[in-house]
Amino acid sequence: MKLPIYLDYQATTPVDPRVLEAMLPYFGAEFGNAASRSHAYGWSAEEAVSNAREKIAKTIGASAKEIVFTSGSTEAINLAMKGVADMYGAKGKHIITSQAEHKAVLDTAKHLEKQGFDVTYLDPDQTGRVSVEAVEAAMREDTILVSLMWANNEVGTLNPIREIGKLCHDRGVLFFTDATQAVGKIPVDVEADNIDLLCISAHKLYGPKGVGCLFVRRRKPRVRLVSQMDGGGHERGMRSGTLNVPGIVGLAEACRLSRESLDSETKHARALRERLEKSICDRLDHVHFNGNREHHLEGCLNLSFPYVEGESLLMGINDIAVSSGSACTSASLEPSHVLRSMKVGDEIAHSSIRFGIGRFTTEEEIDFCADKVVEVVKRLRELSPLYEMVLEGIDLSTVNWTGEH
Amino acid sequence: MAYSDKVLDHYNKPRNVGSLDKASANVGTGIVGAPECGDVMKLQIEIEGDRIVDAKFKTFGCGSAIASSSLATEWVKGKTLDEALSINNTEIVEELSLPPVKIHCSVLAEDAIKAAIADVKNKRDSEKG
Ligand SMILES: Cc1ncc(COP(=O)(O)O)c(C=O)c1O
Repeated sequence: MKLPIYLDYQATTPVDPRVLEAMLPYFGAEFGNAASRSHAYGWSAEEAVSNAREKIAKTIGASAKEIVFTSGSTEAINLAMKGVADMYGAKGKHIITSQAEHKAVLDTAKHLEKQGFDVTYLDPDQTGRVSVEAVEAAMREDTILVSLMWANNEVGTLNPIREIGKLCHDRGVLFFTDATQAVGKIPVDVEADNIDLLCISAHKLYGPKGVGCLFVRRRKPRVRLVSQMDGGGHERGMRSGTLNVPGIVGLAEACRLSRESLDSETKHARALRERLEKSICDRLDHVHFNGNREHHLEGCLNLSFPYVEGESLLMGINDIAVSSGSACTSASLEPSHVLRSMKVGDEIAHSSIRFGIGRFTTEEEIDFCADKVVEVVKRLRELSPLYEMVLEGIDLSTVNWTGEH
Repeated sequence: MAYSDKVLDHYNKPRNVGSLDKASANVGTGIVGAPECGDVMKLQIEIEGDRIVDAKFKTFGCGSAIASSSLATEWVKGKTLDEALSINNTEIVEELSLPPVKIHCSVLAEDAIKAAIADVKNKRDSEKG
């Protein structure tokens, strides 16, 4: 067993050796520019891209012409939201999204607010889910776009995408979903799920970093975007820039593999997640599950260990590569905006750990992880004045704390 | 984040973990911080006359907060109350090589020492009545 054990599959995934294999020729002999129309190097690259487009489209039930390659989800999100806003801004200025979205969506929405758009940030429920009713209630005459993620990257909660998509179609509002964490993990069908725009990032499904795509619907309705990158007019004018051929080939192979093994991988992840949770909860009291029991990514387990602070917990389990809801991306001690939007309470927000289980996770690794977490949480609770107070029967919310906020 | 060896040492082998009888007249208790800020320290001292003969702590917080309070208990033991009052957070920062984002942990430890001393002095004064 290799230490530290990688249990952070929502942050990124290792490239599957089969994906790497598929990519290698395009770093070597097949190095052509897919836009070169005058020779065989270009034709061969163009053919690789076109095959890749077919495979990716097939994975999500789209057609090849509806795929626009990007550098990943962040760029695809920017293109989708800004592209729609610029194209349809004259029709309406209202956009709906939620507080639990990825920063790429939230910051793009903030950017649009500065440009005069009006954004409604829905609160998810305590499980991190946004209801169709909430979206419906927020809709206005001038709503042009609803942007809601499929699977949440921190807690794994799935939004009711098909129903929200139907509502949007009934109202003639465009629907974009950030499916970065969903594609390859759950079945996705842009037709049945009523989706107009959807983003994929290769590095979340065992492909390389720095490549992804945006699905842009061409029929019923035909979605038009104002491009956000000026240049040679690649990707039917929607995204200029020489295509990352090896990356695109890798993304396609990653999509194909994930579609092929969707059922077995779902079972694998579920079994390991249940094993991990049971093993921890059988031995520790006061463990809080963050997320939605019914609508959930199988490979994501977000648990809070109240009365233990997240960063000190991570420090103790440094043999395991996981993420904490409190340490987030910077050195700040801000609890994650997702947990905050779920209104889970400070003790829970500050003590959360996300365990990400994936294709290469083994039972042995899960058992090692569970043992380590139990040992460290017990040790830190011995050290915790809050745990002591709780055992004495003190209600922490009634204590007069001295800290300034 | 990289931790200094001294922080790691205190985190892995915290000194003087535990609790003293907070009802005792010779014991002062300082509880500082708040759960929503991610740090709560409880530091207790036991005195004989003017001298601190024992100290215990419990801390909810990051590794640097645990190390700061563990170190504080080591430092106050054997000191008089006045000597302990003069412990400054910058000495803790130096000893543990805390980075700027962790300076608040040392401040909290200093506050905890002061609060524990104030508590025991308070008890003594009210006893004298
Ligand atoms: C839900 C979600 N959206 C967007 C992104 C950004 O993706 P990328 O790294 O491809 O820019 C991520 C990954 O960090 C994510 O988890």
